[in-house]
Amino acid sequence: MEQTEQLSFDFYKETAEITRESRDELKLHMGEFNGPLDLLLYLIKQEQANIFDIPIARITDEYLKYIRLMKHLDISVAGDFLVMAATLIEIKSKMLLPKEITEEAEEEMEDPRELLVRQLLEHQKFKNAAQMLYERTTVEQAVFPRGKLESDENNAETNASVFDLLTVFQKILSRHIEEVQLEIEREEITLAEMLKSLKKRIFANKQLSLLAFFEEMHTRRELVTAFIAVLEIVRTESVKLMQTTTFGDIILKKV
Amino acid sequence: MDLEIEEKQTRSISEIVSIVEALVFVADEPITVKTLSDVLEEDRETVEAAVEQLKQEYEEREGGLQLREIAGGWQISTRTEYHEEIRKYLKTRPNAKLSLAALETLAVIAYKQPVTVPEILEIRGVQSASAIKTLLDKKLITAKGRKETVGRPMMYGTSKDFLLQFGLKDLSELPSIEDFEDLAA
Repeated sequence: MEQTEQLSFDFYKETAEITRESRDELKLHMGEFNGPLDLLLYLIKQEQANIFDIPIARITDEYLKYIRLMKHLDISVAGDFLVMAATLIEIKSKMLLPKEITEEAEEEMEDPRELLVRQLLEHQKFKNAAQMLYERTTVEQAVFPRGKLESDENNAETNASVFDLLTVFQKILSRHIEEVQLEIEREEITLAEMLKSLKKRIFANKQLSLLAFFEEMHTRRELVTAFIAVLEIVRTESVKLMQTTTFGDIILKKV
Repeated sequence: MDLEIEEKQTRSISEIVSIVEALVFVADEPITVKTLSDVLEEDRETVEAAVEQLKQEYEEREGGLQLREIAGGWQISTRTEYHEEIRKYLKTRPNAKLSLAALETLAVIAYKQPVTVPEILEIRGVQSASAIKTLLDKKLITAKGRKETVGRPMMYGTSKDFLLQFGLKDLSELPSIEDFEDLAA
């Protein structure tokens, strides 16, 4: 198994190799081709061809062979590779066409390979530039500036200003506002309110069923408040709790 | 007032060199000649001469440190020779290397900036979206506005982190792209 983490690589060895083992058996070492231009450059180098005079028929054959191999090996061939294949075939066919030989036309006649050559040369330049960057970053990784000091920005303790404090304080404040808002949303009835409504009902009807009163409550909290209100009203007002039968309904009654 | 001026005038060059060293040491990122001259209240030429002298002193001493110009400023750092021991102490490993695709894309951006995605595609002959994302994530490139052309594509350029990570003074220190032509097979 190959190591997944690769700490270094040789830029030029990291390419594919097609070697002929026997007449119809090809052995393939896949590398990382960065697109069709990369593959094309590699093939030209393999063929030891002159980049300014590419033997287009031979290179096209090699290129297509490679693509077929990729397909054969179930490597999905990116669209860019296929576009290049089409371009190569187009150039090849253009070069096969007989040229009209007139003096004027000859001068104007452009080599169909010209655009491709320009692209290849440009690509080659940036490939070399990438190699330079690779070397630079390798060297750079061996250089260390001094570690951070206490006084540097990363020390929050010394770096906090009054404004930082204010920001934090405001954050805490806003959090509190949120909490208060939540409590209001609950629309809870207070003990005083509960007492007031309880008193009003007892005094109006002279008596009140405790069970009926408790059943009016919606939440556990309200229920608790109601219970405390009952205890309170019995303690402070002239109200009595009466039960006529065992386990029967308890009645609040004004004395 | 007179006293103050006199004091400044009596500063010897070796004294200035010492102060420059102290300031470069204390700065947590490369310190510019301008900052140095502002702090020292000395003119640019004097500071530049002091920095040069200090650099030479470091070189002659052949110690564990070097003074170097990077990302538009000066920095004291260790020499490459001692990276193994330093890593052992820091218990760190080198950062994951950029992929070939990312390096190539970065090279195109560094030399052609500000450059758009379609322009990068033309040179590389392959889609570079994921490489560009990697470079943005690593803060090696930044968006540099939009090109006033069809589709208003985003333009990209290299960042200060790029200079730091590749040990460059500034972009002009990059070798000319034409120099790479000779290497073409």
